Amino acid sequence: MTELVIIGGGPAGMSAAVAAYENGIRDILILERDKALGGILQQCIHNGFGLHKFGEELTGPEYAWKYEQKVQELGIPVKLGTMVLDITEDKVITATNEEDGIFQIQAKAVILAMGCRERSKGALNIPGTRPAGIYSAGTAQKYVNRMGYMPGKEVVILGSGDIGLIMARRMTLEGAKVHAVCELMPYSGGLVRNIEQCLNDFNIPLKLSHTVVKIHGRERLEGVTIAKVDERRKPIAGTEEYIPCDTLLLSVGLIPENELSKSAGVSLDRITSGAVVDQNRQTSVEGIFACGNVLHVHDLVDYVSEESEIAGKSAAEYILGQNQAEKVHIPVKTDGKIRYTVPQVITEKKDISVFFRVADIYHNVTINVYDDKQEKVFSRKKLKVAPGEMESIVLKSAAFENAAELHFELEVN
Amino acid sequence: MFDVAVIGAGVIGGMIARELSRYDLKICIVEKENDVAMGATRANSAIVHAGFDAEEGTLKAKLNVRGSEMMEQVAKELGVKYKKNGSLVIGFGEEDRKGIETLLKRGQANGVKGLRIVEKEELHAMESNLSDHVECALDAPTGAIICPYELTIAAVGNAMDNGAELLRNFEVSNIEKKDAAYEITAADGQKVQAKVVINAAGLYTDKIAGMVGDTSFTVHPRRGEYILLDKECGNMVSHTIFRTPSKMGKGILVTPTVDGNLLTGPTSVDMTDKQDTSTTQEGFDKIIKEALENVSTVPFGKTITSFCGLRAVGSTGDFIITAPVEGFINVAGVESPGLSASPAIAEYVANMVAEQGVALVPKADFNPYRAPMHHFREASIEEKMEVIKKDKAYGKIVCRCEGISEGEILAALRTNPKAWDLDGVKRRTRAQMGRCQGGFCSPHIVELIAQERNIPIEQVTKSGRNSYVNVSRTKEV
Repeated sequence: MTELVIIGGGPAGMSAAVAAYENGIRDILILERDKALGGILQQCIHNGFGLHKFGEELTGPEYAWKYEQKVQELGIPVKLGTMVLDITEDKVITATNEEDGIFQIQAKAVILAMGCRERSKGALNIPGTRPAGIYSAGTAQKYVNRMGYMPGKEVVILGSGDIGLIMARRMTLEGAKVHAVCELMPYSGGLVRNIEQCLNDFNIPLKLSHTVVKIHGRERLEGVTIAKVDERRKPIAGTEEYIPCDTLLLSVGLIPENELSKSAGVSLDRITSGAVVDQNRQTSVEGIFACGNVLHVHDLVDYVSEESEIAGKSAAEYILGQNQAEKVHIPVKTDGKIRYTVPQVITEKKDISVFFRVADIYHNVTINVYDDKQEKVFSRKKLKVAPGEMESIVLKSAAFENAAELHFELEVN
Repeated sequence: MFDVAVIGAGVIGGMIARELSRYDLKICIVEKENDVAMGATRANSAIVHAGFDAEEGTLKAKLNVRGSEMMEQVAKELGVKYKKNGSLVIGFGEEDRKGIETLLKRGQANGVKGLRIVEKEELHAMESNLSDHVECALDAPTGAIICPYELTIAAVGNAMDNGAELLRNFEVSNIEKKDAAYEITAADGQKVQAKVVINAAGLYTDKIAGMVGDTSFTVHPRRGEYILLDKECGNMVSHTIFRTPSKMGKGILVTPTVDGNLLTGPTSVDMTDKQDTSTTQEGFDKIIKEALENVSTVPFGKTITSFCGLRAVGSTGDFIITAPVEGFINVAGVESPGLSASPAIAEYVANMVAEQGVALVPKADFNPYRAPMHHFREASIEEKMEVIKKDKAYGKIVCRCEGISEGEILAALRTNPKAWDLDGVKRRTRAQMGRCQGGFCSPHIVELIAQERNIPIEQVTKSGRNSYVNVSRTKEV
């Protein structure tokens, strides 16, 4: 029996481990599939990490190192090169690595911190051939930043997610020519600062409402045909443009990796593709918590760390049986303009940070929260909200004292 | 000097080579690509047809029924997954019912066992996800599914284990009769000599036959596009669901695969370019529309990938298995049901080789068995523990989506016919075939290929020739 097993040694897992330790848990084990801690941060060699959390600009590896040092100092055990194959609802974890072979651990509590994966080309059904030279942006990032190889020289990027934007700059700095970044939507899903620093500073065109309609080349990619799309995101005939290139990078969305959560019987949110959690980041299965990009995709690692501290602390309280707060059950609903919230349900009467994302770009909005009696319990104005930027508000416990349900609504003025 | 040279390492060439490797013969297989199973074999419906489609008396009918009967045993010997899931040809109206009755009669005449017509109530109890409009179906319980490239890899591997040689990147450019043998020359100058040549070059069989003066047939490509869905959807149907053939062709089928995915397709478009395996938007639209007519709840949102194969359609309408000149055998026009017929074709061609005056003397040490490639993947935890104890690389997962270990990937790089590129590893192990489509694991597999083949990382390809994964070191562009 291990008191707390954490699946994943990226920023979420490490932060949760440290928080659990600081809240009194000593019997912790981190299971990490890679040969080092740090998760995807290891290949994010650009800076911009840690501004919120540490007040300084760090690279991904530097940010990870801060937590890795802490994990080492506290003597929290880690099994590297270890892949978890299964988790049961009773918290029996089956994993495999080279030294132990396949082994099982019974945990008292589990924190899911497996991160997310990139959406692949296959899911997009782009017509044409299937040559070499098509990579998800993160795969290309691994080749360039960790292995020291160039996947290509003449590049088109489909999707303006943050990794795609970062790779537009990275490939340019390595001497490649990035011809265009095509975005299906009329706006970018990436951070404003990345559009400025990664595209505008290098004169890389961002083609909004554009997509790749055909892939050319039999062995290695030879070019792509792009086209403008209408409001229904269908290509408009006559707007096709052929761009010769040897590389197509895809940055078309991130999907939380919840295959293990499913095996543990955790309920998932259709919108986030992550677990349904309460304010403690506890899932529908008691004693199983989730945090970081496996729960919902974050913009900034700083927020991943903060969320994971909540999960780590809550798991500690669960293990120690310390959580004496009065139990309630208040589902949080959204209106569609607000796509989702985390948490999706409130189970304790205390002040709670609620994170959410919107479905489109809206200007001059009011974020309203109503209870089930149509009583407005929270309201705040904002000049602009966008899908690429996660929002958060703090709900005082007094605001939902008598609520059976909370409704998050976006009023566009 | 070889006794027999087989041109083409598709399922037909592979199965023929394997059949001939039972005998005391020196055999080579020449293949123009970097791996086996790279033509029509790579992308088709993966069905072992029961044998009710082809008209009575044709080679297609005879060899399909015989091949279908042989396949289960062949699959067992070669360690290839095979599932007799049964086929259903569904009908929507009276015209379809007539078509189904015709297929029933034809199948019975061809000697297919167990055929019957099932009516709506029973049918929907058999397949609960069928569209409400489906009225009846032809039930063919001997229909099965198999993985065509797994079968081919195993057949070629088994032939090699029994002494055959595989020469890759050998694109035949000339065949010349010299004394009692043929000299086959490749585009890059490689040469082999053989007493008997078997032309199993798929789409290019007409070109190869032309090199010995046989212009009696032509072969043209017919495009077939497919959409493959996640394993989550593999249980949508248990049978292979065909539509009743009409003037518009055989239509779009919906079937589980032996690996548990759901496969839909193919389209059917006559082409001229034998290299054009590109997919089209029209193709996707047709597949989605017709598949939903059959099974209205196919979740296309769970698409993993789409692909296109080219059928090798012969000009005679039947399989063209002939010996136009002494010592030269054509196995051409092998479109559907070619995969199903392949064990029977191999047997048939072996007899023709004997007729060419080559004595078929059984080898005492012929081993018909090959260890299954998927053995570790499907072993129990206890069995896996034993394997990992002996070789710890099996404890290290490389492909997280499919749960494939480094040990399995190294085995694919070391077992006949060895994987030489990323796609070769994918076809042998399923690594890169899951939800992330190699996003996470392909860099690691590139490193393993470079290490095993002792080549620089930049020379690792996706699928041979110029399909390089990386073009240079950084700072060198």
